[in-house]
Amino acid sequence: MTSTILEMRDITKTFPGVKALSNVNLSVEEGEIHAIVGENGAGKSTLMKVLSGVYPSGTYDGSIIFRGQECHFKGIHDSEHIGIVIIHQELALVPMLSITENIFLGNENASYGVIDWDANEKRTSALLQKVGLKEDPKTLITNIGVGKQQLVEIAKALSKEVKLLILDEPTASLSEKDSQALLDLLLEFKRQGMTSILISHKLNEVNRVADKVTVIRDGRTIETLPRKDISEDRIITSMVGRSLDDRYPPREPQIGDVIFEVKDWSVFHPIHAERQVIKNINLNVRKGEVVGIAGLMGAGRTEFAMSLFGRSYGRRISGEVLLRGKPLDLSTVSRAAQNRIAYVTEDRKTYGLNLIDHIKHNVTLANLGGVSSGGVIDDMREMSVANEYRKKTNIRASSVYQLTGNLSGGNQQKVVLSKWLFADPEVLILDEPTRGIDVGAKYEIYTIIARLAAEGKAIIVISSEMPELLGISDRIYVMNEGRIVGEMAASDASQEKIMRAIVRGEGKAS
Amino acid sequence: MSTESAPAPQSGVAEDVKQRPRVAVSALTTNLREYGLIIALIVIMLFFQYTTSGTLFKPVNLSNLVQQNSFIIVMALGMLLVIVAGYIDLSVGSVAGFIGALAAMMMVIWPLGFLSNPLVVSIVCLIVGGLIGAAQGYWIAYHKIPSFIVTLAGMLIFRGICQALLGGGSSVGPLPDSFKALSSGFIPDVIGPLTLIPPTVNAAGKTIVGSGLTLHMTTVVLGLIAVLAYAYFGFRTRRKRERHGYEAEPFALFVIKTLVGSALALFLVFQFASYRGLPVVLLVMGVLISLFVFVTKRMTIGRRIYAMGGNAKAAQLSGINTERLTLLVFINMGVLSALGGLIIAARLGQAVPAAGLGSELDVIAAVFIGGASAMGGVGQVIGAVVGGFIMGVMNNGMSIMGVNVDWQQVVKGLVLLGAVIFDVYNKNKA
Repeated sequence: MTSTILEMRDITKTFPGVKALSNVNLSVEEGEIHAIVGENGAGKSTLMKVLSGVYPSGTYDGSIIFRGQECHFKGIHDSEHIGIVIIHQELALVPMLSITENIFLGNENASYGVIDWDANEKRTSALLQKVGLKEDPKTLITNIGVGKQQLVEIAKALSKEVKLLILDEPTASLSEKDSQALLDLLLEFKRQGMTSILISHKLNEVNRVADKVTVIRDGRTIETLPRKDISEDRIITSMVGRSLDDRYPPREPQIGDVIFEVKDWSVFHPIHAERQVIKNINLNVRKGEVVGIAGLMGAGRTEFAMSLFGRSYGRRISGEVLLRGKPLDLSTVSRAAQNRIAYVTEDRKTYGLNLIDHIKHNVTLANLGGVSSGGVIDDMREMSVANEYRKKTNIRASSVYQLTGNLSGGNQQKVVLSKWLFADPEVLILDEPTRGIDVGAKYEIYTIIARLAAEGKAIIVISSEMPELLGISDRIYVMNEGRIVGEMAASDASQEKIMRAIVRGEGKAS
Repeated sequence: MSTESAPAPQSGVAEDVKQRPRVAVSALTTNLREYGLIIALIVIMLFFQYTTSGTLFKPVNLSNLVQQNSFIIVMALGMLLVIVAGYIDLSVGSVAGFIGALAAMMMVIWPLGFLSNPLVVSIVCLIVGGLIGAAQGYWIAYHKIPSFIVTLAGMLIFRGICQALLGGGSSVGPLPDSFKALSSGFIPDVIGPLTLIPPTVNAAGKTIVGSGLTLHMTTVVLGLIAVLAYAYFGFRTRRKRERHGYEAEPFALFVIKTLVGSALALFLVFQFASYRGLPVVLLVMGVLISLFVFVTKRMTIGRRIYAMGGNAKAAQLSGINTERLTLLVFINMGVLSALGGLIIAARLGQAVPAAGLGSELDVIAAVFIGGASAMGGVGQVIGAVVGGFIMGVMNNGMSIMGVNVDWQQVVKGLVLLGAVIFDVYNKNKA
């Protein structure tokens, strides 16, 4: 009954010096949701770029057969023409244009170059209804959240009469709620007979929606699992080539006295001055303790952390921060760093790294004083520092002179971590430290966190992945709508309890 | 995920195995890119040496070349930092013109008494330049107004003030000789001249042998010291890097590089010495270039400017005060624009309303030819200097050849475009 809609045979793609894909085979049945999983750098995105014509026919070996015909795409236009549409992780929307303008960008309903806006908007409304987005088609993209933007991308794909929809990490920057909605939408499309390929790191999502899972490792297809064999453990084993008995490194917490305390912390929105974003937060961290902050996206966790760290967010900030009982001046980032507080951002590309510079310069940036005297940098000392931290955090690169822009997500994260470790903080705030990185690298990050705690540092971890928080924290605060709505020891916390705290908090707030 | 397209080598092990034979090749290619610009300059010089039948390298012309282009290079040093920091400054030509006018008014027209002393005037002018830079930088740094707009306004404002100060279309001069020495002077020969092969004169008074070539010995000695220092420090740095396990370039390449560099420098020193010695302005330029190389390569403030240009938000979250840094970059630009203005006025011997007109474009072109990125975060001092000399040699060479000024512009435009295309092409290939 089912027929194969897409077959990729023996795809081999070589970059100068590196074989990114070797003899990859992929076969997708009509009407299924086919997940592709693999570590960062395994070759998933490269494979999709081959499929969508980003790498034109002739730059790779092997063949692509779509609906029984061999295809030679010269560019994205060719692949879209026959109904293969890819939605990249980084959304390709123009922020200052409306939803309608974005959906029909380059594909406008026009005669002789004159656009029929009424027709476009009518079609947009229909498309938005299909994806379940209740927004005026005239709304600017910049005024809607990431979750809704993702839906606009999907609506855009639908406008092109898509036969095969490819989603590259669609939920990477979505909240739990939005992610669920998106996955439901995928299932709905499936019922209507559409075929999709889903690339994801989140195995629970794959588990939930996928009919088949193809695992790619080191540029090779490892196996394709049918629905009945899909389980997280099975996939992880296949992805990393070994079984991860424990996804979190074991540790024996040695918790001392309270060293870091925040009292009555309140912050107002930087633009809408009357809106209070953070509402009287009180929390503390003990020496050697890993404290998690759980919550949904938009709960105000990042805003809280950034307002603490050199007042990098918000205005009319009030409250007190104590280090070992003494009031602490965190009014600028450099003062915060001098007072040995570090904040590792959730968005390493935008806020964490200078992507056009190499590892060495990135690692020392937050503590240039540590490698210089009298404003003059000691090149040799900088070199040995960079190498030391490269070893400590296990950054995989050919040398410290590799540009950080060319590193995989996990290795980039390790560079950002190294930067702040070299600043020698006592209190370390890690915001989504494992977002968008693969299972193997996650384990390494957890190991580093455990080691830092063992060294007696106080660590705050903000994460949207509840299993991760449960796995690595000693104590968990739950945040919702700018306030702390729960506090529990990790030993008697569970995903359910955290969710319940959030829901109860929501009730209170309204 | 987006970085997946060019997978990083997953482990260092495989790399190390094949590294040995590849070191020489890779060192050669990376250095070729680094020195490509200098090679381009040499090729251009040789081309004009040929087409001007040997006029280009004549001692007197070399002195001219330096004196004509020094203000571009001085301002390019500041512009490099501005562009690396991720900004642009369109006002430098107007600021230079204004400062020239201010200097002339102070020295010639206004009755300032001892304050009209050229040295005092120069210092005041540099301070005024710094204040102008601060005024523009303030809006850019603290109010986030795009530098293009602020400095476009500055370009109009200071050209206007310059013209108003000089009273419409008139020029103000002549400027004192001691001031003109900044641009057209030569360093004094404290050691005394040396005549190579004293001419032998026959009874009729005709020279039989010997050219009577007289060398400016102070220049020769300074040149020799500079070349020796260059070789010594190059060697020392190399040894130090090797000891710390750096990947060093092959020894042969290092020796060739040092020898070629030294030979070139000695040739130029000899040419200068056989004329009137080292131009003062070349000495000023040399000191400034060394200073800026040191600041950008070795000092934390330089590193911070590159980091800010590469990713301002990340720099800010790493504890760098990006606002103050931006202000400093523009103050520095203002001071160097002022110095450029003084050099122009000193060369002309008077202040004219059109002084420095359009030179902001030459300065910016020099920086981009030198390999800086319009996006910020990338660029080298030496690149900007060589870029400035490429523009200068082309101006000079084409003028001697008698190429029409209109066509000179066309050629310069093509060279700028070509240089940047070459850079982009190289980057994509790598």
